[in-house]
Amino acid sequence: MEVLSDHNWVLSVGTFLPLVGVLIMLFIPKGEEALNKAVGLGTAVATLAVGIFTMIQFDYGKAGEMQFVAQTEWISVIKSSYLIGVDGISLPLYFLSMVITVLVMIYSWDHVPSPGNPKAFFILMLVLQTGMAGTFIARDLILFFVFFELVLLPMYFMIGVWGGENRQYASLKFFLYTMFGSALMLVAFLALFFKTGAESFSIPYLVENGGAIAKNVQVWIFAGMFVGFAVKVPMFPFHTWLPDAHTQAPTQGSVILAAILLKLGTYGFVRIAIPILPEAAKEWAPWIGLLSVIGIIYGALGCLAQTDMKRLIAFSSVAHMGFVMLGISTLTPFGLNAAMFGMVAHGLITGMLFFLAGSVKERYHTLEIKRLSGMLKQMPRLGWILGFCAMASLGLPGLAGFWGEFPAILSAYQPADGLPVETFRTFMVVAALGTVLAAGYLLWLYQRTAFGEPTAEFAPGHGHDEDIHDVGTFEWIAWTPLLVAIVVFGVYPQLMFKVLDPAVKVALKAFGS
Amino acid sequence: MFAASSEAASAALTSGFFLENAWVIPVIPAVAFALIIFFGRRMPMKGSEFGILSMVASLVFSGGAIMQWIDRVNGAGEEQFIAPIVKTWTWWQSGGMEFGLGQHVDGLTLAVLGVVAFISTLVQIYSVEYLRGDRRYTHFFASLTLFSAGMMNMVVAENMIQLILGWEIMGLCSFMLIGHWWEEGANSRAALKAFFTTRTGDVGLLAGTSILFFAANDWTQKTLGVSGFSIRGLSAWALSGEPSHSAIVWGAAALFIAAIGKSGQFPLHTWLPDAMAGPTPVSSLLHSSTMVVAGVFLVARLYPVFFEGMDILGGSSNFIVIIGGITIVIAAALAFVQTDIKKVLAYSTVSQLGYMMMGLGAGAWLPAVFHIFTHAFFKACLFLGAGSISHSASHHSFEMKKDMGGLRKFMPVTFGTWVISTLALCGVFPFSGFFSKDEIIDNVGHNGYTLFMYVGLGGAFLTAAYMTRATYLTFFGEPRGAAAGEHHDDGHGDAHAAHDDHAHDDHGHHDHHDAHAAHDGHHGDSHGPHESPALITVPLVILATLAIGSGLLNAVPFGHSFENFTKWVEPRVEVISPTGLATVVGGPGASRPAAEEEGDGHSAEEGHHDSPCGKETPKDGVCVAPQLSHAEFKWSKAALSMIIVLLGMVISWVLCVQLYDRKNKALVGLTERNALLGRGYRFLVNKYYLDALYENVIVRGIAHPVSAAAYWVNQNVLDGAVNGAGNITRKVSGWVYRNVDQRVVDGTVNASGEAARGLGGFLRPVQSGKVNQYGALLFGTAAIGALVLVIINT
Repeated sequence: MEVLSDHNWVLSVGTFLPLVGVLIMLFIPKGEEALNKAVGLGTAVATLAVGIFTMIQFDYGKAGEMQFVAQTEWISVIKSSYLIGVDGISLPLYFLSMVITVLVMIYSWDHVPSPGNPKAFFILMLVLQTGMAGTFIARDLILFFVFFELVLLPMYFMIGVWGGENRQYASLKFFLYTMFGSALMLVAFLALFFKTGAESFSIPYLVENGGAIAKNVQVWIFAGMFVGFAVKVPMFPFHTWLPDAHTQAPTQGSVILAAILLKLGTYGFVRIAIPILPEAAKEWAPWIGLLSVIGIIYGALGCLAQTDMKRLIAFSSVAHMGFVMLGISTLTPFGLNAAMFGMVAHGLITGMLFFLAGSVKERYHTLEIKRLSGMLKQMPRLGWILGFCAMASLGLPGLAGFWGEFPAILSAYQPADGLPVETFRTFMVVAALGTVLAAGYLLWLYQRTAFGEPTAEFAPGHGHDEDIHDVGTFEWIAWTPLLVAIVVFGVYPQLMFKVLDPAVKVALKAFGS
Repeated sequence: MFAASSEAASAALTSGFFLENAWVIPVIPAVAFALIIFFGRRMPMKGSEFGILSMVASLVFSGGAIMQWIDRVNGAGEEQFIAPIVKTWTWWQSGGMEFGLGQHVDGLTLAVLGVVAFISTLVQIYSVEYLRGDRRYTHFFASLTLFSAGMMNMVVAENMIQLILGWEIMGLCSFMLIGHWWEEGANSRAALKAFFTTRTGDVGLLAGTSILFFAANDWTQKTLGVSGFSIRGLSAWALSGEPSHSAIVWGAAALFIAAIGKSGQFPLHTWLPDAMAGPTPVSSLLHSSTMVVAGVFLVARLYPVFFEGMDILGGSSNFIVIIGGITIVIAAALAFVQTDIKKVLAYSTVSQLGYMMMGLGAGAWLPAVFHIFTHAFFKACLFLGAGSISHSASHHSFEMKKDMGGLRKFMPVTFGTWVISTLALCGVFPFSGFFSKDEIIDNVGHNGYTLFMYVGLGGAFLTAAYMTRATYLTFFGEPRGAAAGEHHDDGHGDAHAAHDDHAHDDHGHHDHHDAHAAHDGHHGDSHGPHESPALITVPLVILATLAIGSGLLNAVPFGHSFENFTKWVEPRVEVISPTGLATVVGGPGASRPAAEEEGDGHSAEEGHHDSPCGKETPKDGVCVAPQLSHAEFKWSKAALSMIIVLLGMVISWVLCVQLYDRKNKALVGLTERNALLGRGYRFLVNKYYLDALYENVIVRGIAHPVSAAAYWVNQNVLDGAVNGAGNITRKVSGWVYRNVDQRVVDGTVNASGEAARGLGGFLRPVQSGKVNQYGALLFGTAAIGALVLVIINT
């Protein structure tokens, strides 16, 4: 792999710069809250600046190739090296993780959840950022695995310390469940390593040699990866950690979880499982498709049964990630593009919805749908933003959500050669029905919470007037970029597709498309 | 001008600036929407000026395009194929598929576009007065403007994706507009119902588009060089004899489901009457020229697909004609039991849409499209008339029985325009409805759908009868309730479901009448009935004029020279070479040079009756419209339908006088005395129990328990398994920890536990030790598992 650019330091800097910030913050006393916050945010902004530089330097004409590739010795005893690079698939997610971290930190400026301690909170977010960015640039399985796992710990503490009432259960469940998946994934990685001659953990090497593994072995290795990634996505029936984790996590944790962490799983499928094990992918595709559509319907039904706004949004993630996985399961460039687009769109929209849920909770101290009403009247701007995000989430054309959803449905009509066409067409129809349910639960949520008159308990003059105010300054700063991005990608999806498309075609080279 | 050289007189088609740039028409209101959102509140007229100006600009552009289209048609030969002006630009591409934005401009596009721009302009002007002082005046204009943009975008759409975009934007705006006064539960429920019902139908739109795209794409790419989303490509493909039977049948059926949802056809019509909860101008716009017409437009636009897929003119009834026929009758019957004047009009709209669908299903394409055109004017006029009454006479009430009566004396202009539009709606000669509705009925019979011709005639009878009843209750008899000057502030507690304007009534009233007093000072008692101000009556008069006059555009009885609409709008049936349809970007509209070069000149001589488009497969080249024939107009047939309409009016009038004026003992309370009639009446009042079926049986009876059950399974089975596994692991690990591996693992566990504690020293110790135990165990298992796998497979 040739080095395409002289700027191959940018990825390493972009990934590890947050840790420098952490180092500095370790020397700042806990009491210096503003300084801690400033250093944390400053580091995130500097990281984002490196990210922007990466975006500028990226050669979009060669989005299908790895760029800014850097390689050095790492753990030579197990033949793992520090091999990094980005292509059109990684770049949007890599950049998104930086943007989300900055926005979440801005939001945290005046929203540090109880029990406080911004120093620790900001440090965790920075560590998280390193883990997320690292996962998207790693081109070596062990490196990937380390970053993949690095993400767990800060999120575990975030939920466990700053979470809701049931935080201990939720955080432990989150940690163990993901760990369980990771263990199987590691098994698969090791098996892959040995089956390809114990030469290297580098992904390009494995992509070249993975196809030669006997099909029945491939299927088993794929199974291990499948569980590891499917837990993270999460796919039905491995999703049960998600509602608890989301409901208990602080707003910032929920946003990062929804916007980036879930994508680590789907990204793993696109980057690792499918290109390395194409034969197994074909065997598994119908099952993945089946679980995806079950997830779409099941997640939507779960939403309809919820009484808590945040939990409803959490369940909607199960349904939305179902669309993403359906696109992936078609193994066509079109389907994978849809899935990649869907990941980013879901990150923006659901991230935004969790922000809103957090702000509602802060104002009303509850997220119980039947106690909320007339938010549009009390907080018109927040109410309209909620409406906008609900519409984006249910897949209104012209907003980003649609371009992840509809193309995924469309792609299921004609999956890759060798996949059962009739089965996928059935999936298509079921997935299309899922859009109705999405409209059902989101509109129901909106109608119940935003329309009407405020309930008696929150009516003006009942002691909540001070808490209930419209969108604040930091909220505006944190939200505007997301809202703008939802519109921009909705109106001009080509912005992202042109980056994704060449890389997706490379990833699917084994399928002849 | 962009016109190609005009040497070959019969072949070259003229074009022009407005035709070439028709895609601008939806862009104008879309930009205006953004302006209203961002700057509306700061403007002197609160943003309405942007809306109105954009509508006027769209109207000018549409008008220009229509004039140039007429020139294009007039300059062409008698039977010559008039190529639509198609342009497309790549919007985005992915995995080798290309999605475009562009325009597909032909007679149908321009007919609907003109109507939409025209009605939208009038409705916005009307709304300036009607919503004066409203709480969300700016929002209202923003939504209204975006709504028109959505409809216009759908109408000019070059491909299905663009069409879906416009279609869904309308869905969104209908949600915002119907729920405009969302403080009241009934309004927000109606908004949700409208969006949700149409969204249910939209599954068909998504699925149908996908099916057709994949079935047609290869063919359209090869033959025409356009994608399988392209309207033109799909039309040509449908008639090419290529499509597999199942693909086109399923595709057409799926799309038709979307049309059922959007155009309020049975059985998804239930959202439409509830949508009356929106402000009256919204009802007027939604139910005359936009939104509900979208489904009909979809069928008309992709007519070849439905023609082949639904086997129209195939000798037996098809899905479309049956649904249309049922809708005519069931909606008309419901109109009889309404007491809310807007609901009468709503059901009337549903019924009229049924006519359009039935016409399309029976091969009466042109009359159906013409009915879209004429219906828009008189229905908009009726709705705005109802709004005028509530605004100035009935104290914001729409209850005919309670708050109206005898208004003809107080509101001469409203009354006059109402009567004209009613006559047009009933299809009385020479009002516009006659020329469209009677043609539908006539052609349905002509094409062999005799049963449905009688359904159409029966529908005409019912229409005449319920409109007479509504007219009587509103304008004749003695004034009642608010119309008599009574105040009734208890209207709020009324049990009626969608009591729309009461919110308006409560909140906007004072500002409202202050504003009135300023410019309308000649009446002292603002609560007594009076005529509405000019901003309201002028649009009414304009619309009423068109309710009379628009029929003359296609006055079949007056001879061929009056059939202008047919000439301009109906696609000419001709087999053309695929290159004749090539997409042109930025150049003149495609003319048809290739068709003649190929020696295909028989079409002009032999007339279009011999064209192979239709049930046969064209041999050389493609068709983009099926061969349809028109019924011969006979005065005898027209006389029959006139008699039926008059009969309906007279019978209804007599009954109304007996019932409401004379209080005839034999009639009043008949439904309570006669069990059978009572049952029928209740059946109608309950809207055939369809709402009960949807809400109680499907939503509450099925969806709720299913989702509750799914959630129960989630919590108890799936999560239970997870928790169970966790507990077992904990017990096993505890046992292992205590009894077996204490010495071996302990060191590792403690070390890593210490490490984690060191890192998180400032954190509360949250079971971190335990987590590390699990982690160590899991990784140990992983390593062993990997080894086992490797050993087994080597």
